[in-house]
Amino acid sequence: MALEVTAPTNGKKVVPEEEHPRKAFGLAAHDSSGLLSHFPFSRRNNGDTDVTIRILYCGICHSDLHSIRNEWKNTIYPIVPGHEIVGEITEVGSNVKNFKLGDKVGAGCLVESCRSCPSCTTGFENYCSGMILTYNSVHPKDGTMTYGGYSDMIVVDQDFVVHIPESLPLDKAAPLLCAGITVYAPMKYHGLNAPGKHLGVVGLGGLGHVAVKFGKAFGMKVTVISSSPSKEKEAIERLGADVFLVSSNAEQMKVAMSSMDGIIDTVSATHSIQPLLALLKPHGKMILVGAPEKPLEVHSFALISGGKTLAGSPIGGIKDTQEMINFAGKHNVTADIELISADYVNKAMERLVKADVKYRFVIDVAKTFKSNV
Amino acid sequence: MATEMTNGKKVAPEAEHPRKAFGLAAHDNSGVLSPFAFSRRNNRDSDVTIKILYCGICHSDLHSIKNEWKNTIYPIVPGHEIVGEVAEVGSKVEKFKVGDKVGVGCLVGSCRSCAGCTTGFENYCPLPIFTYNSKDPEDGTVTYGGYSDMIVVDQDFVISMPENLPLDKAAPLLCAGITVYAPMKYHGLNTPGKHLGIVGLGGLGHVAVKFGKAFGMKVTVISSSPSKEKEAIERLGADAFLVSSNPEQMKAAVFSMDGIIDTVSASHPVASLLALLKPNGKMIMLGLPEKPMEIPAFSLVFGGKMLAGSCIGGLKDTQEMIDFAGKHNLTADIELISADYVNKAIERLIKADVRYRFVIDIANTLKSNI
Repeated sequence: MALEVTAPTNGKKVVPEEEHPRKAFGLAAHDSSGLLSHFPFSRRNNGDTDVTIRILYCGICHSDLHSIRNEWKNTIYPIVPGHEIVGEITEVGSNVKNFKLGDKVGAGCLVESCRSCPSCTTGFENYCSGMILTYNSVHPKDGTMTYGGYSDMIVVDQDFVVHIPESLPLDKAAPLLCAGITVYAPMKYHGLNAPGKHLGVVGLGGLGHVAVKFGKAFGMKVTVISSSPSKEKEAIERLGADVFLVSSNAEQMKVAMSSMDGIIDTVSATHSIQPLLALLKPHGKMILVGAPEKPLEVHSFALISGGKTLAGSPIGGIKDTQEMINFAGKHNVTADIELISADYVNKAMERLVKADVKYRFVIDVAKTFKSNV
Repeated sequence: MATEMTNGKKVAPEAEHPRKAFGLAAHDNSGVLSPFAFSRRNNRDSDVTIKILYCGICHSDLHSIKNEWKNTIYPIVPGHEIVGEVAEVGSKVEKFKVGDKVGVGCLVGSCRSCAGCTTGFENYCPLPIFTYNSKDPEDGTVTYGGYSDMIVVDQDFVISMPENLPLDKAAPLLCAGITVYAPMKYHGLNTPGKHLGIVGLGGLGHVAVKFGKAFGMKVTVISSSPSKEKEAIERLGADAFLVSSNPEQMKAAVFSMDGIIDTVSASHPVASLLALLKPNGKMIMLGLPEKPMEIPAFSLVFGGKMLAGSCIGGLKDTQEMIDFAGKHNLTADIELISADYVNKAIERLIKADVRYRFVIDIANTLKSNI
């Protein structure tokens, strides 16, 4: 086992196990192969405003895959991914008011932000230039890396923790902490959450299937647009979509022109945007939540004709995350998952590359993470 | 030159309608304009007949006469920044009377029943009738625009001009004005204290600066021409000027703007402009570059930014815009030209050699025996 080190603030190299006072263990990748292996490390003591969470489940997000393979060219190894965390509180700091021992809680993509910028003070911590991500971020307090939810426990400031409604099964709720908020936030912000409106969802994966469920819960008409005809039965019969369009079927796409109030585009592979814009009504909006690598090619005419909007949206603020989870609790919206053991994680990553999952892997952390694996 | 009539016989433009008219038309994609005798319909019950006094030259006129959008029906009489005087009103006309000073913009008809038409957004009607180069569904004839002596328009597509606005300088507002005003209003870029960027300082851009200042906004002009800075700041009242090719200036301005109005029709990179927006900021495209834009997804996702398009504006908004201009004494900066200068003006327009709109003095210089 290679001993990777991080540089602490005093310049001496310290092994991850010794950075902080409390022992922890998890799964980390050590190079761009992305192979995850057992990784002993450490967590900070519980500060006055912190809660300590014994992690029960952690969803596998496509971002985890990008990060462990350094596809975004910003990975600092060793990396412990995971930002769809659900667990149980085992300790609360002296200034913690909103949580108590035993509470079932979640943590998503952010563990800290600057707290004072216009974004932070209006509930949009996801736009803070000083935001700290749950993994692969440098914590400003001590210069250490943040390690994510493929681990047995995590210490998080209370303001970045959300309650999980009692009615929601925890394993199926975990993916909502990233996939859920990532589609909910733009649906709310752009008014694509009103009964009777027509929502298109492009791509039927981790994000897409949750967007369909939220869309139906909002009372909207939902059309799934996909490149895979084989997903139609699933989309209509199991997920409750109203219509299914095959994006390569020109006739189907033509019939649906100018019919949608909004579209959530969850696809991260390179794909053609203009035919999707044509599906929007005048003033319609298309929201990109996936991030294709190559630039999108869009002729101005596709936006000018009909006064349409193309927007991006990254995760969501914490207040919206709690609202989203509460909404999910009220409407029994959960992700469709495949629960896996810790030792299956590399196999799961291989299958995720091929999109071979319906629709999120979730690691059964509590039962299958062993400190001596 | 003849057009197809509904019965399949070709009819000369002069004989299509009962009333004689004359104007300037292009007959092929050279775009050269020459005197053109044609005809206008009789005044229907809901129509007003307008004696045209002035008509602005819009860049769209240039695109159309040269068939750059591949949809021109020749002969074409362009012009959709029309100001004139009411000469006749139909029996059902309540809004106007003879002698009123009025304007007509880019639309002379729409379906009246679609979601766009019934919510004040005739500009998004799927069946619009444009002021020129459109087929009128009533009789299949092609519409002829404002480079002419008179026009007959349904009252619902006619705008009342405020008395205090000089008509020649107000003419460009009928297209350039509404084209910037409508998205500024729709997207909330009309609020005191907000920071608005304007890309390109031409016909649309200079009017956007004026509206922005009238709304009480901070206005930054972004231009590829450093030479326009003095003009932008001292004459038009912009607060700041960025040269788009100056990386340091552009970098210093990242995350600073609530919105950007992009008026430029030449192809240009958008990623560096999107970077200027605050989180949830919006960039509105008004120009139509020929090539597609290349938009890195990151430029939109990081910061939750928006890129929207906008096409002219509805009639209610056009009247509101003109009334606002009247209240704030806001007009275009124009170069008034005679009808026989029009081809020269078009050549100069190609080189963007105008501050900032040519306006044809129709009443005084468009003569039927030119």
